[in-house]
Amino acid sequence: MYSYSEFDEGYVRERVRKFRSQVERRIDGSLTEDEFKPLRLMNGLYLQLHAYMLRVAIPYGTINPAQMRQLADIADKWDKGYGHFTTRQNIQFNWPKLKDVPDMLDALADVGMHAIQTSGNCIRNVTADHFAGAAADEIEDPRPTAELLRQWSTDHPEFTFLPRKFKVAITGSPNDRAVTKAHDIGLRMVRNEAGEPGYEVIVGGGLGRTPMVGKVVREFLPKIDLLPYLEAILQVYNLSGRRDNKYKARIKILVHETGLDEIKTRIEAAFEAQKKHFRGPEPSLVAAIEAAFSQPELDPPVMSISLDTPVRDPLLESWIDTNVSEHKVPGAAIVTVSLKPIGGTPGDATSDQMRVLADLAERYSHNELRVSHEQNIILPHVYRADLPAIHAALREAGMATANVGLISDIIACPGMDYCALATARSIPIAQEISQRFEDIRVQKDIGPLKIKISGCINACGHHHVGHIGILGLDKAGVESYQLTLGGDGTQTATIGTRTGPGFAADEIIPAVERLIDAYLGLRESRDETFLEAYRRVGMEPFKAALYSEAKAHAA
Amino acid sequence: MSIIVTDTGFAADDWADAGAIVSLDEALEAGLPQSNARLGLDLPNDADIDQIRGLLDRVSLVRIAFPSFADGRGFSLARRLREIGFAGRVRAAGHVIPDQYAFARRSGFDEIEISDEAGSRQTEDQWIAHAGWAQSSYQDQLGRAHHPAA
Ligand code: SF4
Repeated sequence: MYSYSEFDEGYVRERVRKFRSQVERRIDGSLTEDEFKPLRLMNGLYLQLHAYMLRVAIPYGTINPAQMRQLADIADKWDKGYGHFTTRQNIQFNWPKLKDVPDMLDALADVGMHAIQTSGNCIRNVTADHFAGAAADEIEDPRPTAELLRQWSTDHPEFTFLPRKFKVAITGSPNDRAVTKAHDIGLRMVRNEAGEPGYEVIVGGGLGRTPMVGKVVREFLPKIDLLPYLEAILQVYNLSGRRDNKYKARIKILVHETGLDEIKTRIEAAFEAQKKHFRGPEPSLVAAIEAAFSQPELDPPVMSISLDTPVRDPLLESWIDTNVSEHKVPGAAIVTVSLKPIGGTPGDATSDQMRVLADLAERYSHNELRVSHEQNIILPHVYRADLPAIHAALREAGMATANVGLISDIIACPGMDYCALATARSIPIAQEISQRFEDIRVQKDIGPLKIKISGCINACGHHHVGHIGILGLDKAGVESYQLTLGGDGTQTATIGTRTGPGFAADEIIPAVERLIDAYLGLRESRDETFLEAYRRVGMEPFKAALYSEAKAHAA
Repeated sequence: MSIIVTDTGFAADDWADAGAIVSLDEALEAGLPQSNARLGLDLPNDADIDQIRGLLDRVSLVRIAFPSFADGRGFSLARRLREIGFAGRVRAAGHVIPDQYAFARRSGFDEIEISDEAGSRQTEDQWIAHAGWAQSSYQDQLGRAHHPAA
């Protein structure tokens, strides 16, 4: 795993020192609130509904046990004993005091972490496939590239006051677990005909109030050209992106209004210029980054358990079935620890749970953990033989919910409970749905299903790409929940389609139930997932289930 | 009056005596004045650098406007100017804050012009704190030239 170079260490400390000075200058009036705001945002500090919120970066979702323990300590010392893992592989602390924040940043720097550029109109924390380096389907580990991008985008002199925030995601697998098509820039690692590694570059995806699937601007970009090419995209965006309307300022709107061909031409022209002024990093620097992500030496013992060992704990079996994925090394496995207990807040972990996770990573997962954009924690390199012990430890800590990929593995943004922008609650809706479908056998019968909930049009809960998306709005002072169906965040990315009028808070859970009943009634077999069934039959049967019954009730 | 900020701190504007600064509209309409005096060119931050290429060998200072510190177009304009080989002075003028000084210098600006009022709120020491901008940055490490023209 990457650990800070001397340069990184010096940089991060200096950055904390600067932030301390900015806080002081805000307090003495040298900086106006307007001027302070982008500076604090670039250091991860938001003003929320009740208090400040500090958003800490977990670059490309990779974190080690010492870092996880430090997060636990920070949660205990300066917050209320828990943290919230987000859909952008960050962790948020919801109750820090302004005066404590520089100390919190120093505590992060102690373990090689920071909160830099986790908000603001700059290039945000780069996200990556949470199974990177472990997935059986991987072409290449995307994290060396992601780390290069972290360095390149940090304090970039030209691109720190952009028209709007800018998000980059990268995947090294054909099965896209990083939602690359819903980012300002999505990168997919591919090989050309000659077998050389490079990237497919996707631009202009994004959710929010104008959801769009990203478009390919370069089918194959040689690895060496990545940074000058990204400079080119960012320069075109910085100069021509709209600044007159915050809702039209993302690059997706520029691409949409300018047209794909014209944008490509401009990017290529800028790229030619950038190439001349970009020597590229020293090969030794690139080699050091790559070496930092080499796969740990895995030497799985001959499997002492296998899926067909007869005498087994049914809970363990159920958990292995949903929460364990195939590793590229046979005999090893990837464990997804669900942070979605029935009735809990998606993505929340207490400091004690964080410590348990750190211990497990140390003992069983070669000192590595990952945070997924689906708000779960991954133990990426464990031996199958250790699965029973891991499961037992997780059970004790209340983290053994066997629901990954199922109806109760819900993504929900903080919503009205924390977020100043919210128009409705989202966490309580997630909690109610998971309670309604509490029985794990029922969940398994329903099969793979992604429900995603956002508390306002900004779509932090990615509802547009949920198989079932729920968007909470405010209709004349009353919460109203709008449903979308058929969204998909993978390589076959699709924006979900609205079903029709929204539902009141007390109607939304029954509405979801009717959708599920309709699906169970019309699927061809248990193998046909909700998404597949929707794609086959279309909206009509679901609409009928949603609205004709509602009318019948009203009548 | 205005203040010119460089690595050594605050100074008076030496250009005011040395030459004229012509606005882009004037220059495009009437051409640059035919005199031997040094010429400066004022650029709004939505200017198209390709459109002014022809003017650049006659001017020795380009002043790029920063209507708001949150509008970062000026950084890319300075970078573009350096990319096409402009070797004269490049000045950022308007709402720039000390915390942006290093960004400006690394994008190709030589100096910042701020108002007296801004200089009394954001004092010289706050700017000088960023004079070490040339120390290594991530972008330097990754081989991005910061003064491509030089
Ligand atoms: S979607 Fe809206 S309510 Fe939810 S976190 Fe984002 S801004 Fe807040």
